[in-house]
Amino acid sequence: MIGAMISEAWHAMGANRLRTFLTMLGMVIGVGAVILMLAIGQGAQFQVDQSISSMGSNLFIILSGASTSGGVRSGSGAVPTLTISDAEALADLPGIAGVAPTLPGQAQIVYGPNNWSTSVLGATPQYFDVRDWKLVSGYPFTESDVRSATRVALVGQTVVKNLFDDEEPVGKTIRIRQSPYLVIGVLSAKGQSLDGRDQDDTVVIPVTTAQTKLFGSQFKGAVRFIMAQATSADAMPSAERSMNQLLRQRHHIQEGAENDFTVRNLTALANAAAETTRVMSLMLGAIASISLLVGGIGIMNIMLVSVTERTKEIGIRIAIGARQRDILMQFLLEAIFISLIGCLIGVATGVGGAILVNKVSGSVVVITLSSIVMAFMVAAGVGVFFGFYPANKAARLEPIEALRYE
Amino acid sequence: MSDGSVVRVAGLGKQYHTAAGPVPALANINLSIYPGEFVAVMGPSGSGKSTFMNILGCLDLPSDGSYFLNGTDVRSLTKDQLAQLRNRVIGFVFQGFNLLSRSTLLKNVGLPLVYAGMGKDERNKLAHGMLEKVGLGKYGDSLPNSISGGQQQRVAIARALINNPRLILADEPTGNLDSNTSREIMDIFSRLNREEGITIVLVTHEPDIAAYAKRLVRFMDGRLAHDGAVDIQEGRAE
Ligand SMILES: Nc1ncnc2c1ncn2[C@@H]1O[C@H](COP(=O)(O)OP(=O)(O)OP(=O)(O)O)[C@@H](O)[C@H]1O
Ligand SMILES: [Mg+2]
Repeated sequence: MIGAMISEAWHAMGANRLRTFLTMLGMVIGVGAVILMLAIGQGAQFQVDQSISSMGSNLFIILSGASTSGGVRSGSGAVPTLTISDAEALADLPGIAGVAPTLPGQAQIVYGPNNWSTSVLGATPQYFDVRDWKLVSGYPFTESDVRSATRVALVGQTVVKNLFDDEEPVGKTIRIRQSPYLVIGVLSAKGQSLDGRDQDDTVVIPVTTAQTKLFGSQFKGAVRFIMAQATSADAMPSAERSMNQLLRQRHHIQEGAENDFTVRNLTALANAAAETTRVMSLMLGAIASISLLVGGIGIMNIMLVSVTERTKEIGIRIAIGARQRDILMQFLLEAIFISLIGCLIGVATGVGGAILVNKVSGSVVVITLSSIVMAFMVAAGVGVFFGFYPANKAARLEPIEALRYE
Repeated sequence: MSDGSVVRVAGLGKQYHTAAGPVPALANINLSIYPGEFVAVMGPSGSGKSTFMNILGCLDLPSDGSYFLNGTDVRSLTKDQLAQLRNRVIGFVFQGFNLLSRSTLLKNVGLPLVYAGMGKDERNKLAHGMLEKVGLGKYGDSLPNSISGGQQQRVAIARALINNPRLILADEPTGNLDSNTSREIMDIFSRLNREEGITIVLVTHEPDIAAYAKRLVRFMDGRLAHDGAVDIQEGRAE
């Protein structure tokens, strides 16, 4: 019985190929758009999540310079007001697990015939703990390297790729602004940061070396920013308060006067970014779903026309013994078929489109089985929902009236 | 209630409801038809013959009075039960054949079996056998519009017979056919009535078609004007 009905539905679809195809097109576009948008949205979310987990947890960044309350930051980090001793004082606060003063800059690096312009970061050994950044080979520099400002360097994956080809970097000497530095370790891959920078395109050297030998600075011991890690997420608010208090004291800032530094809760910022992406990918999905809805309405429209056109046929079927549910099933099956086949093509189109987006723009796309399964279920649902009204209309025809229809 | 009749109508009436108000089509029809009878229904155009047949065929319901099919009042039945009667108890043959134009003859003949819940192989076997019975065994894969009107009507008869109904209702089955072809179709009905004892009720305008029947019912303005033996003289009077 059901076999006969499926083959009937199949033939009915084949009877008017162009129309069936156009009806399907609505579903194809709807499902394709949903799959593509979900892939892009989930890709963006995946990337943000990865950036967040690569950042380190419970992090603050303390920038030199003031920030206005409106979030418009002018020149913070430009005037070096923070020092290594600020960092050391912060490390003693309760609720602070680690503190890493850093001095970033840009420099040309040469190894053999290769040269590469990259960011050079002056840091302390704690930096690797705070950022939770492991080495793949070699060792990090030590407190004594910092104390004596030795010319040692740790290189990131992108730098390795661009300078060393297939060589092992540890033990080699690179030149940063003409001076020789010994590579003592290779950093593991971190990927993209939240603001889209390549975190692996970096060389890390002792902060003192950066201050005295590479960049030079007006103030002794000045750093551009300090990263601080709280012992736990719960400790973050109180840690933020006590850091502000301590730095105001150390910088002799009068009551009511503006800070000459800015404490930012990186973890909170990251969570906000993650939330934004989540909302964005949801919106993409919602917008795409509208096209699915439009596809469904297309099916209903065509099925209504089909029922009217085939009134006589329905009359004949009823006259020879089709029950209401037989007619209902026949037209419902047809609608479900159209939407499922449309969905199948739509999935292929969506996946193909996502791969194309990935190839052309390089942005990450994530296609999950669950989004495909969901698209299928929605398509079947759309078929049932929008097919039901026309099918029911067909099933309720009076035999004698349907037979008389020409 | 059962008196052994296949069809029994009592005080049967039918009005059609149109925009211009109710149109009476049948009024106070009383008659019984017993197993094995061959009844011709005649009457001028608009006299209510088709209305009567549609009610007998459970395609329409009476407005007044009652219709007992094999002793059961059809107004006590649900739509699904009526569908089942149309499927298994009654075989209906139309003037316009009413075949599905996009389906092969084999599928057309087997269609009632689909609604009876029969599997494909058995269905095709029975449908093929039935097509052979009406002399169209070779045409199973043809489409209705590739054969003649007489052949189409034979396919429609095969379809009406496929579920072994005991009652065949035919509303002007030869109305669209020439006299030679009409004779072939009537021979099939005669044989079914004679050899298989199937009860046949058949509407016609032609006296020589009515002559195949044993009993003549004549309608006039929605009323029963004659019910008795076939009288060719009377047929001519139309
Ligand atoms: N669907 C309908 N709506 C309104 N009136 C109808 C309808 N069907 C039939 N009638 C009317 O009912 C009456 C009987 O019609 P019916 O079709 O039963 O006649 P008939 O005897 O079969 O005629 P014919 O020989 O032309 O087929 C006629 O007056 C007709 O106009
Ligand atoms: Mg008629």
